[in-house]
Amino acid sequence: MFTRLKTTVAALALCAGAAFGQDSITIGMQLEPPNLDPTGGAAAAIDEVVYANVFEGLTRYQSDGSIAPALAQSWDVSKNGTGYTFHLREGVKFHDGTDMNAEDVKFSLDRARAEDSTNAQKALFAGIASVDVVDDVTVMVTLSAPNGSFITNMAWGDAVIVAPESVGDAATNPVGTGPFKLGRWVQGDRIEIVANPDYWGDKPRLKSATFKFISDPTAAFAAMMAGDLDAFPGYPAPETLVQFQADPRFQLLIGSTEGETILSINNKSQKLTDVRVRKAIAHAINRQEIIDGAMFGYGTPIGTHFAPHHPDYVDLTGQSAYDPEMSKTLLAEAGVSELTLTLKLPPPSYARRGGEIIAAQLRAVGIETEISNLEWAQWLEQVFRGKDFDLTIVSHTEPMDINIYARPDYYFQYDNPDFQQLMVDLNLASDPAKRSEILGAAQKMIADDYVNGYLFQLARTGVANAKIQGLWPNSPTQANDLTGVSWSQ
Amino acid sequence: MRLPGQLVFGAVLSAVFLLAALVSLVWTPYGVEDLVISNKMKPPSGAHWLGTDHFGRDILSMLMVGARTSIAVAIVAVGIGMALGVPLGLAAAANRGSLLDEVIMRGNDLVFAFPSLVIAILITAVFGPSALNAILAIGIFNIPVFARVTRGGALSLWTLDYVLAARVAGKGRLRISVEHILTNIANLLIVQGTIQFSLGILAEAGLSYVGLGAQPPVPSWGRMLAESQTLISLAPHVAVFPGLAIVLTVLGLNLMGDGLRDLLDPRLRRAR
Repeated sequence: MFTRLKTTVAALALCAGAAFGQDSITIGMQLEPPNLDPTGGAAAAIDEVVYANVFEGLTRYQSDGSIAPALAQSWDVSKNGTGYTFHLREGVKFHDGTDMNAEDVKFSLDRARAEDSTNAQKALFAGIASVDVVDDVTVMVTLSAPNGSFITNMAWGDAVIVAPESVGDAATNPVGTGPFKLGRWVQGDRIEIVANPDYWGDKPRLKSATFKFISDPTAAFAAMMAGDLDAFPGYPAPETLVQFQADPRFQLLIGSTEGETILSINNKSQKLTDVRVRKAIAHAINRQEIIDGAMFGYGTPIGTHFAPHHPDYVDLTGQSAYDPEMSKTLLAEAGVSELTLTLKLPPPSYARRGGEIIAAQLRAVGIETEISNLEWAQWLEQVFRGKDFDLTIVSHTEPMDINIYARPDYYFQYDNPDFQQLMVDLNLASDPAKRSEILGAAQKMIADDYVNGYLFQLARTGVANAKIQGLWPNSPTQANDLTGVSWSQ
Repeated sequence: MRLPGQLVFGAVLSAVFLLAALVSLVWTPYGVEDLVISNKMKPPSGAHWLGTDHFGRDILSMLMVGARTSIAVAIVAVGIGMALGVPLGLAAAANRGSLLDEVIMRGNDLVFAFPSLVIAILITAVFGPSALNAILAIGIFNIPVFARVTRGGALSLWTLDYVLAARVAGKGRLRISVEHILTNIANLLIVQGTIQFSLGILAEAGLSYVGLGAQPPVPSWGRMLAESQTLISLAPHVAVFPGLAIVLTVLGLNLMGDGLRDLLDPRLRRAR
C-alpha cells in the first residue's frame, strides 16, 4: 500500500517537474558578475547575464556576429557620415513601467560619454559630438568625424539604454527594456531572471532562467551530469567533453569566442619595462603545450590581440614562436638574472592550469614565478584596478577590443602614442580597405612591442542538454542571449 | 614478547611513506616541475611506474614529494600542539580546581567547539593560502587535544603515593610535573601523537583539496586528487594513486597508533 502511494507521488512529482521544467533553464557560468550594470562595469560576466535579456541598446549583436536593429528600428546616415538619425520603436516600456523614449537615449549616451563616466568602454562614445532629441521617438546623434563602426559600437553591452530614474541602483537592481527582468540575486550562488510580460517584441519561450556560478571544473562537471545545470556555455572542464559527446542526453556547443587569452604583462612594472625581457617571456611560451595542457586541445594560437576568425586578422605567431634559447639570450642581453615575477591567477581553469604550465616554461629559461590563485573579486581589485601584479592570465572576451591598448591606464599599462594615434585614425576611417590596413598595423605594433604574451583564442567549449534549442553556437560578444532559447518536446 | 600484527603492518606502511618522503629530498625518478604536456595522462609503464598526470608529470615523483609536504605539515602541526598543549595540560592538572585550571580548560573547550576544518579555512582565507598557514591552522587545533589528554592522564597520577611522597620530600609542582608526571604519561602522548599525525595528514589533504594548502607548483596529495577528479573516467590512475596514498598512510598511522596503545597501556596488556 505504502509502496504504491510512494510510486504515485513520485510519478506525480515527475509529471509536474516535466510540465514546469520545459519553460525554465539553468545556465552555468564560471564567474559571478560583480554588479549588474553593464554601463558601469567591465566584467564580461555582467553582459553574460543581462545582455539582450535584461538590457537592450539601439542595435544588437546576433548570434552570427552581425548587427541588427533593436530599440532603434531604423536609422539614417547623413551624406558626410557624421549624422545618425535613429528612429526608435514605439510603445517600449522599461521594467518599472515607464516609457522608453528619445530622452532616455539622450540620457544614456550623454551619461556614457560624460567626463566622470564610469563606463568601461568610453572609447565607444568618444566620437559623439552631440545627442539631440528630435521628438519622442527620434534621436539625432552627431559625430565629430565619420566613424565606420558607430552602429556596431551601439550594439555593445556597454551602450544599452537605461532610464535616468532607475540607473542609480542599476548595480543591484537593473531596470531595462529586455524580455526578462531581474527576479532574485543570491550573491555567491545564482541570479534568477523572469520573463517580462510587457515586452515589446516577440516574447521569449522561457518563463524564467537561472544563472549559477561555478568555476571549479569538478563541480561544473558534476552539476551538468546530475542535471542541476541545463547548459554551460563557457564550460571549464574541456577534458570531460568527450564524455558528454558520447552521452545522448547532451549536446556540445563548440565554436569560437572573441576571447583573446593572454599572459598579461604589467608594462609599468620595474622588472618588465625592458622590451627584451617581455620578448624573452614571449619566446619562452609554448602555445601548443598550453592549449593541449590547459584546454585539452581546444583553442587557436594567436600572435597578437585579435580574433583569428576575423577577416582582418594577421597571423603573427611566428614573431613570438617558442624559442627558449632566444629567451635566454635576450635575458642575458638585457642584463637580467634571477628574475622573479608574481603570477596572479583568476579562477577560470584556463588561467589556473595555464598558469602552472607557463610557470614551468618560464622556469626553463630562468625566470621564476610566484603563483597566487585569486578569487575573482580579489583579482579585479588587485590586478585589474590596483595594477599590483607582474603577470596574469585572462581572456579578453569583448569583440574587437584591440583599442584597449590605446588606454595607458588600462591594467597592463601599455603607453605608446603611436598606437593611440592609430586608434584615432581607425575611428576616423570608414573605408573598409583603410580600416583593414590600420587594424593590421595595430596588430603588428603590439606584437612588435611584445606588450603581452599572446596565447590562444578561447574556444567556446560549451555543453547543454540535448533538448535545448537556440543557444548561440559562437560568442560574437559577451552574452547568453535567451530570447530564442526553448526546449524541444 | 610478541608484537601485535596490526602494529607491524601499520609501522611498515608508515615507514614506506616516511622513506618515500626522505628519499624525495635527494632523488625522485623525474622532476616534479617538469611538465611534458605531450606525455600527459599516460597509464603506468616501465618508464613511469604510476603513470603521468594531466600535465605529463611523473605521478610517483609527485607522490614522493607530496608525502614530504604532508609529513612536514603534519609533524610541525603535531609539534605545535604538543609544545603548547602538554605544558597547558600539566599546569591545569598540577593546579586542579584553581582559576588557572578553569581558564585553560574552558579555553580548550572554546577552541574545541569550532569545527576544525572550518576554522582552518577561515585562517587560510584571511591570511592567504599557503603551506605555512595550513600548518598553523592544523597546529592550533592540536593544542586542546594534547592539553586534555595530558590533564586527564596527569590527574590520576597526582593522587598516587609516589607523587605524594615526592611532595612530602619537598619537590615543587613544577618539578613533580616534569620529573614524575610527564615521564609517566609519555606513552599516552606517543599514542595520541600518532593519531593526531594521521589526522594532520588528512587535514592537510583536505585543505589542499580545496586549494588552501601548499600552492602550485609544490605537489600535494590533496591538490593532486582535486585536479584529477574530472579525469577519473579518462585516466583513472591519475586520481586513484594520490587517493590510495592518502588512504594507506592514514590507515598505517592509525593501525600503528592502536597497536602502540595496546602495547604501551599496562591495563590493556593485563586484560589480554
